[in-house]
Amino acid sequence: MNKARTNPANTIAMHGALIAYTLIALFPVFVILVNSFKTRKAIFREPLALPDADSFSLSGYQTVLKQGDFFLYFQNSMIVTLASLFFILLFGAMAAYALSEYRFRGGKFLGLYLALGIMIPIRIGTVAILEMMVATGLVNTHWALILVYTAQGLPLAVFILTEFMRQVSDDLKNAGRIDGLSEYTIFFRLVLPLVRPAMATVAVFNMIPIWNDLWFPLILAPAEATKTLTLGSQVFIGQFVTDWNAVLSALSFAILPVLVLYVIFSRQLIRGITSGAVK
Amino acid sequence: MTALTLTHVSKSFGAVDVLKDISLSVEEGEFVVFVGPSGCGKSTLLRVIAGLEDATAGEVRIGGDLVNRTPPSKRGIAMVFQSYALYPHLNVRKNMTLALRQEGQPKEVIEERVANASRMLNLDPYLDRYPSELSGGQRQRVAIGRAIVRQPKLFLFDEPLSNLDAALRMNTRIEIANLHRQLSASMIYVTHDQTEAMTLADKIVVLRDGRVEQIGTPMELYNNPANQFVAGFLGSPSMNFFPAGLVNEGDARTMGIRPEDLFLSDTGPLGARVVHVEHLGGDTNVIADVQSHQITARLFGQHGIETGQALRLGFKPDKIYHFDAGGLPA
Repeated sequence: MNKARTNPANTIAMHGALIAYTLIALFPVFVILVNSFKTRKAIFREPLALPDADSFSLSGYQTVLKQGDFFLYFQNSMIVTLASLFFILLFGAMAAYALSEYRFRGGKFLGLYLALGIMIPIRIGTVAILEMMVATGLVNTHWALILVYTAQGLPLAVFILTEFMRQVSDDLKNAGRIDGLSEYTIFFRLVLPLVRPAMATVAVFNMIPIWNDLWFPLILAPAEATKTLTLGSQVFIGQFVTDWNAVLSALSFAILPVLVLYVIFSRQLIRGITSGAVK
Repeated sequence: MTALTLTHVSKSFGAVDVLKDISLSVEEGEFVVFVGPSGCGKSTLLRVIAGLEDATAGEVRIGGDLVNRTPPSKRGIAMVFQSYALYPHLNVRKNMTLALRQEGQPKEVIEERVANASRMLNLDPYLDRYPSELSGGQRQRVAIGRAIVRQPKLFLFDEPLSNLDAALRMNTRIEIANLHRQLSASMIYVTHDQTEAMTLADKIVVLRDGRVEQIGTPMELYNNPANQFVAGFLGSPSMNFFPAGLVNEGDARTMGIRPEDLFLSDTGPLGARVVHVEHLGGDTNVIADVQSHQITARLFGQHGIETGQALRLGFKPDKIYHFDAGGLPA
């Protein structure tokens, strides 16, 4: 076994660094969760104190739940995030497969063109996007957001997945062809399972910005029926008065699904299914 | 009947000609080995036969049918890959039956064929395991089993032994030879290893730079090489080449002699200085310089020869080959 890994000093230093990083990363989440259970006064008096008998209050959650649309917002966020991820992964993987598997004129150029989108922030085109959505009548629909997020996520997805798909053994695909599998079956049954770790990476990269986005929901789908959670939470933030209990409770709710999705995807990050396929 | 006929087959990738005008035939039940150095086009040729690459020109016929436009799965072939290429998400049984299920064969037929193949290859204990739970040799046997169950007109092997270690390679080589005897099927086998070619083949096709250099039985190729390349490629250690002028004053040709045809002789025509000695027990390989030309002599038995020693080597006159400047026999 590696000597550096068994040395106790190294082990302590390594775990120390990792624990320190974990604490820093979790601290804001901790503050939000703790304060969402406190009275307004207690939040401002001692922001870091745990709720006790005096300061404990569920008023934030009551406000959020009484605000009847909260579950609708939640549902909207879920629909938009999951649908966007689905399309990003589906179209990204298909484009990546074509770019990595087939030789065709302009293939390299096309790959570069698709990757170029990584460097251009989509928000630059907000006005044009809004005009297009108005013209096509998609304003205030889920599709407006799903289309924009899919477009936003595709460049990176194509870029990452192309690299991974190049590593999938040619012999395996050829074995499938000789066994009479169609190109679609080869893609869905042989190639996709082998690039699952890469797909999970792409999903995690895209999920959080989409879930947290305020910009496009505010511009493209601000209607009551299509409001996302992030946009919905803004009702508690006013120019002069902010209902901090409600804001923190709404944010605590918003963290949950991202956490669940992350756990699902990160399980896929575990490799091992590829071993034994070749060599 | 011929299992495979290639007529003037060429393949180009853009401006690069990988295969140049290849014509050959494989008879029913024949074991044919394509052999050549890396990059000679032997794997590409196999892929053209399999239908994984399209021939740029020429005809490919399998069992008499023109298959240039037929997809791989309809050509009646089965292929065993160097990297095994087992489906990682399927167990051994499903790996072997996938093609048959795709063809829509009845269940009884599939089960019977799997049972036969599994018995032949001793795979019975592993049928429900996944590829990741098998050793290299077992995976290779599954890959071969996957080919057998299809009962193809033609088996294609793409360097199937190169990922195995030396001991296993020898065993699997014998297994493949046995398999060929039992199935009496037509097989094409690609390798860069001349030992595999010599031991397995009914017929060897030597390829270089996308051209066929020579086709013949192993012994034909060994005894009557068509040119200097074939002479040097087959046989281990490989044939020695040096200017014939070393032996006969004024002879401009190249002389070739196999290491096993050289022997120690006090009156021999070649005066050599030993550079290195390999003691293999049964044989002794002596690498020596004759003037500035390195030659190898394979001496039977054990010899107390040391580095730096001077010795004289002789040979029988009927064991030597002569080649002209173009590499052709002269």
